[in-house]
Amino acid sequence: MNEATNPIPVTVLTGYLGAGKTTLLNRILSESHGKRYAVIVNEFGEIGIDNDLIVESDEEIYEMNNGCVCCTVRGDLVRVVEGLMRRPGRFDAIVIETTGLADPAPVAQTFFMDDDVRQKTRLDAVVAVVDAKHLPLRLADSREAEDQIAFADVILLNKTDLVDEESLLKIEATIRSINPSARIHRTERARIELDKVLDRGAFDLQRALDNDPHFLDHDHPDHACTPDCDHDHGHDHGHDHHSHDHKDEHGHHHPVADIHDTSVQSISLRAGPLVPDRFFPWIQKTTQMEGPNILRLKGIIAFDDDEERYVVQGIHMIVEGDHQRPWKPDEKRESRIVFIGRDLDPEKLKRTFEACQAK
Amino acid sequence: MPTLAPLDLDGHCMAAAFLGDVPYFALADGSLHWLDHGHKTTQLHDGLLCIAAELQGDSFVSGGEDGRIVRFRNDGSAETLAENPGKWINCIASGPQSSIAYGVGRSSFVRTSDGTIVEFAEERTVEGLAFAPKGMRIAAARYNGVSLHWPAARAAALDLEWKGAHAQVTFSPDGNYVVSVMHENALHGWRLKDGKHMRMTGYPAKVRSISWSAKGKWLASSGAPAAIVWPFTGKEGPMGKAPLELGTRGDTMVTSVACHPSDDVVAIGYADGMIIAARFNDQKEGLLRRGGKGPISTMNWNKRGMQLAFGAQTGECGIIDLAG
Repeated sequence: MNEATNPIPVTVLTGYLGAGKTTLLNRILSESHGKRYAVIVNEFGEIGIDNDLIVESDEEIYEMNNGCVCCTVRGDLVRVVEGLMRRPGRFDAIVIETTGLADPAPVAQTFFMDDDVRQKTRLDAVVAVVDAKHLPLRLADSREAEDQIAFADVILLNKTDLVDEESLLKIEATIRSINPSARIHRTERARIELDKVLDRGAFDLQRALDNDPHFLDHDHPDHACTPDCDHDHGHDHGHDHHSHDHKDEHGHHHPVADIHDTSVQSISLRAGPLVPDRFFPWIQKTTQMEGPNILRLKGIIAFDDDEERYVVQGIHMIVEGDHQRPWKPDEKRESRIVFIGRDLDPEKLKRTFEACQAK
Repeated sequence: MPTLAPLDLDGHCMAAAFLGDVPYFALADGSLHWLDHGHKTTQLHDGLLCIAAELQGDSFVSGGEDGRIVRFRNDGSAETLAENPGKWINCIASGPQSSIAYGVGRSSFVRTSDGTIVEFAEERTVEGLAFAPKGMRIAAARYNGVSLHWPAARAAALDLEWKGAHAQVTFSPDGNYVVSVMHENALHGWRLKDGKHMRMTGYPAKVRSISWSAKGKWLASSGAPAAIVWPFTGKEGPMGKAPLELGTRGDTMVTSVACHPSDDVVAIGYADGMIIAARFNDQKEGLLRRGGKGPISTMNWNKRGMQLAFGAQTGECGIIDLAG
């Protein structure tokens, strides 16, 4: 096969109607960054920018006939992406704008489950735009708003000018309780440096966790945030990052998420080095049994007698894993994994995960 | 010995086919190239999505990213038959008396030679279309099955249901069977008289290319390291019978098939650009092209079955002449 060309990165924009997706999209298309984008939208609607490569596409969910209810793809994206990729060289990246009520899982799964699409493209990141003012209401009345946050790698907390600092901190706490590993950026009118949204490599096992050197440390009492923790707990917005003593109070004294009557939970687990012969059957079985309830999973695994870190990620029943890099001498050889989902049994996950440890 | 006349073009070749004795090559960028006392070219679309040769043998109809339906005649003229601004034309088929069918989103359209256009709304996106060999009847492939319509009668659609996504559809030349190409590495067939299902599975990859043999006794398909050729000879179609596996190779996949117009022979194109011809009865093979830069994406014989036009995803095209 002559498929020497690099896979085209794909960014998925999700977010409720009115949250600011189209504003962000217009920013991506209008800023001079020297890149050309093909854009797949549900409706031409309000895109105010001339772009030859805007394709309208009717959202269409295809279930796979393998008996798995969560194995869904977006049939329209398979078709449009294949069409676009027959004429490569016209664009450098693809941006998909989903409808406000879209389920992000089938969009993301399309880039893993369809062989031809997978060969030619790579999912870069799922970016959710949320409206700071209306998010609490959205979370209360829609499952989709929650799914979009749970699924995101990057979250733009937009329209921050419409709410006060206290509300923002509460909303951030809510978002973090749904999805502890997403980057949150506060924005007004979706104004953000585009390198925080594009080319993130969030689904690239080699890169995803390097971008987050303290994966899952943020919820850990021992963790001291450093400048390379590229995770905005709102640092730049009024709460003074440098004046407080990191060790004790930084970042982890978020206000209690009192508006959080959401159904998505995140479960963060830690254990010592694991035995591969226990871990792989466990992750297989867990994703097979709990797949429909798992929205995302991410983990860094230390295997017994293995000099390299092993990283895993998953969407519903799809799990991918690979060795990433050697453990650094000063790194604690610890296994960490986070599940984001619904109706998961934290006790059982903890018990069975810990049972994979080397004795 | 067969001889090969190459034509190297720049872009993904969507269709290589003859009108009369002139070979044409349609690329994904919307350009059409042909060899008729020299290399000629025209631009049909800004982005070609689907193209079909018409039954009279002197024209193509095509649909593009520009939302246009175009008829190209072998005198070099091109006519826009319909326009759907902002929409992709996903599939097109040619029918009797210069009628055509095309799919746009969740609608199938049938345009008859007098310019009348009839629309059939589908519940899901139309991914493939085919005309029945006799009478004015179309089949539309969609998610969870195939819909049959009679454009003249305006009668209710007949739905052939089968769970899953159906990407292409074809009638057997005798009109007894409808077969769809599914997204999930399978073909699915229905016997029209009683709706009996025929599952044709076991492909390691998606089937992209199918071709009926002369008289419709066999259906050849890509999607495996060999051409998978299903028998449609008995009353039961391929049910309970093993398909032929022709031109098996260990290191690459079949990406395109084209049955010969009169003999029980199939041209088989591979992902590495090789093309062979294989005979059904004794499985004898003959090499037509050694290989190339990319997967063969399309092949068609001329009417007499002496020349084969081919095109690859990488733009390598050409004519293989069996007479040498």
